[in-house]
Amino acid sequence: MLEIKDLHVKLADEDKQILKGVNLTVGQGQVHAIMGPNGSGKSTMSYVLSGKPGYEVTAGSALMDGSDLLGMAPEDRAAAGLFLAFQYPVEIPGVGNMTFLRTAVNSQRKKRGEAELSAAEFLKEIREKAKALKIDADMLKRPVNVGFSGGEKKRNEILQMAMLEPKMCVLDETDSGLDVDAMKLVAEGVNGLRDGKRSFLVITHYQRLLDHIQPDVVHIMADGRIVKSGGAELALEVENNGYADILKEVA
Amino acid sequence: MALAKIKQDAMQERLATLNMPKGAAWAMAARNDAVARLAKAGLPGRRDEYWKYTDPSSLVQTVAVPAAPFATDESPVFGQIDRLKIVFRDGVFDASASDDLSMEGIEIERLSDAVQMDIHWAKELYGVLEKNGQDPVARPLATLNTGFATDGVVIRVTGRPSKPVSLIYLHNQETSDAILHHVIRVEKGAALTLLENGPAAARFSKVLEVDVAEHGSFHHIRAQGRDHERRAVTHMFGRLGSDSLFKSFTLTANGVMTRNEVVLELTGDNGVANVAGAALGDGEFHHDDTVFITHDAVGCKSRQVFKKVLRNGATGVFQGKILVKSGAQKTDGYQISQALLLDGDSQFLAKPELEIYADDVICSHGSTSGEIDDDAMFYLRSRGVPEGIAQDLLTRAFLAEVIEEIDDPVIADDIQSRLESWLQRRG
Ligand SMILES: Nc1ncnc2c1ncn2[C@@H]1O[C@H](COP(=O)(O)OP(=O)(O)O)[C@@H](O)[C@H]1O
Ligand SMILES: [Mg+2]
Repeated sequence: MLEIKDLHVKLADEDKQILKGVNLTVGQGQVHAIMGPNGSGKSTMSYVLSGKPGYEVTAGSALMDGSDLLGMAPEDRAAAGLFLAFQYPVEIPGVGNMTFLRTAVNSQRKKRGEAELSAAEFLKEIREKAKALKIDADMLKRPVNVGFSGGEKKRNEILQMAMLEPKMCVLDETDSGLDVDAMKLVAEGVNGLRDGKRSFLVITHYQRLLDHIQPDVVHIMADGRIVKSGGAELALEVENNGYADILKEVA
Repeated sequence: MALAKIKQDAMQERLATLNMPKGAAWAMAARNDAVARLAKAGLPGRRDEYWKYTDPSSLVQTVAVPAAPFATDESPVFGQIDRLKIVFRDGVFDASASDDLSMEGIEIERLSDAVQMDIHWAKELYGVLEKNGQDPVARPLATLNTGFATDGVVIRVTGRPSKPVSLIYLHNQETSDAILHHVIRVEKGAALTLLENGPAAARFSKVLEVDVAEHGSFHHIRAQGRDHERRAVTHMFGRLGSDSLFKSFTLTANGVMTRNEVVLELTGDNGVANVAGAALGDGEFHHDDTVFITHDAVGCKSRQVFKKVLRNGATGVFQGKILVKSGAQKTDGYQISQALLLDGDSQFLAKPELEIYADDVICSHGSTSGEIDDDAMFYLRSRGVPEGIAQDLLTRAFLAEVIEEIDDPVIADDIQSRLESWLQRRG
């Protein structure tokens, strides 16, 4: 599904190397987790995959279903099935959440040559999905993320993911700042989308989330590289001992 | 101080091309007074502080720069609204295209008829509000208009007419140079909605004097024509009595040169004055909103909301002032001017000013100029929204606040649809 090879990335307007050769392959239907200290490059990797300006790929590749992600415009990556749940969702004053989502869903459908959803179809679907995430009608009407609490923003990310039905979901610290109940809602949202075909890359600091979303593989990222990969037990090890031991071991 | 020679020459040259229309004694007195005032003030020049950001030369020069009339298949603005239509074609009243001017609760006459009468109420307003509005800043192009306006409408509102009065300014001739002057008196407790649309001429000078008596209300919605090459200088002078309401909204899409001045004076307690404008400019576009609101009574509110979207080297100007005179306690004044620059070639020049001589007032002003927010743009694109559509969404969001200044939902929708078509014509 997702194949990242030797990915090197620097800041576009600064001589600062952030990713220093990332290798990572997520198979179809799999859930991979990435853990790692702050500043190790996890968010940068998720941004580069989705096409955020400001970064320069100096070497390596990233393929999704065999096609070259890095050569595509961000909107084309999305239409091809990539989704990033932002660590810090962006507030957009003046753009209603519903309008935004409907434009997004229909832009993607149009690009894929599918029929656009009518207003009624869209409404029915979003109401159902919002309800499961305990997102009320008022939140749907408000401008995108404006005045949302931290938890509301994260639930809104999962709602977007549920509406857009991507093939490859990247979640960047969707669990940070969530209380236990909100985390459960988010985890249920994610698990509800697991259908054996859809793949997930879950960036997190905490084992907590992985109790709810069982990963197939756990990777540790440090200083711009994946330094260790293993099963779910690796997350427990981090939880118990921190990163120090692992980093020492691979140094 | 005597007028500089260069200014005198410019003014003499300009006056030589104009004929003062004939009329009754009161009208001639107003016109001659205007010419006398003009002799002192001169016409605006590039060096005048008040014209620092806008070059007045094309508005001042003897002949109008020719402007091709603009053919469009877009349905005319306000087409869906039941209204009393008054049509001027290149500045000339078109009786056959206009509706019958009679309606309950309102008296409408042509200026060219009113000025022939020896006794007319318009004497109290014609050139009077314009003259009041010359202090502390001179507005000579309005004075010139008072002296030489060829026609216009004179409206007295005594009740609540069932539909808006709609002034339609058609532009057919490439070299037309129109000067129109309207006078409106809204009597105590009466209410009028005035619509204006169209380019009017290659060059258009318009003065609108509006006197709103106590408890009266005046709503004004204007859409300036889309002709790319047209030029316009407009002045709106308003005097507000106690508990009166004055609301004005202007949409400007295209036009190579526009200077819209609004001069309002709140003279009675608890008056409310709101002026708003949305300007959309692409390429050869210079748009200037110059607003001066004077609070001279207790408990009045005023609000200025101006937004401009500029691309391909378009220029936007905002000069807005709130003057609170001593004694105008409990004043609530608000002013915001913002520009969204869709590229690095476009520019916004703003001069927001507050001058306050009372102590118990709330006044705030703000001005911003910026490009589309990168983070918002990336967020939208990462959800599959193509760049152009994302830009439209963000532009619409930027303009939403100013569209909300329009009370009537049908008119607001109409204006919104003009914004949509402007966005769709993306170059
Ligand atoms: N746009 C940027 N400008 C400056 N530094 C950046 C930028 N993006 C990332 N960095 C730097 O790159 C490193 C990795 O950051 P990030 O990818 O956010 O790490 P993580 O998500 O693992 O905490 C940090 O040192 C961060 O400061
Ligand atoms: Mg991060």
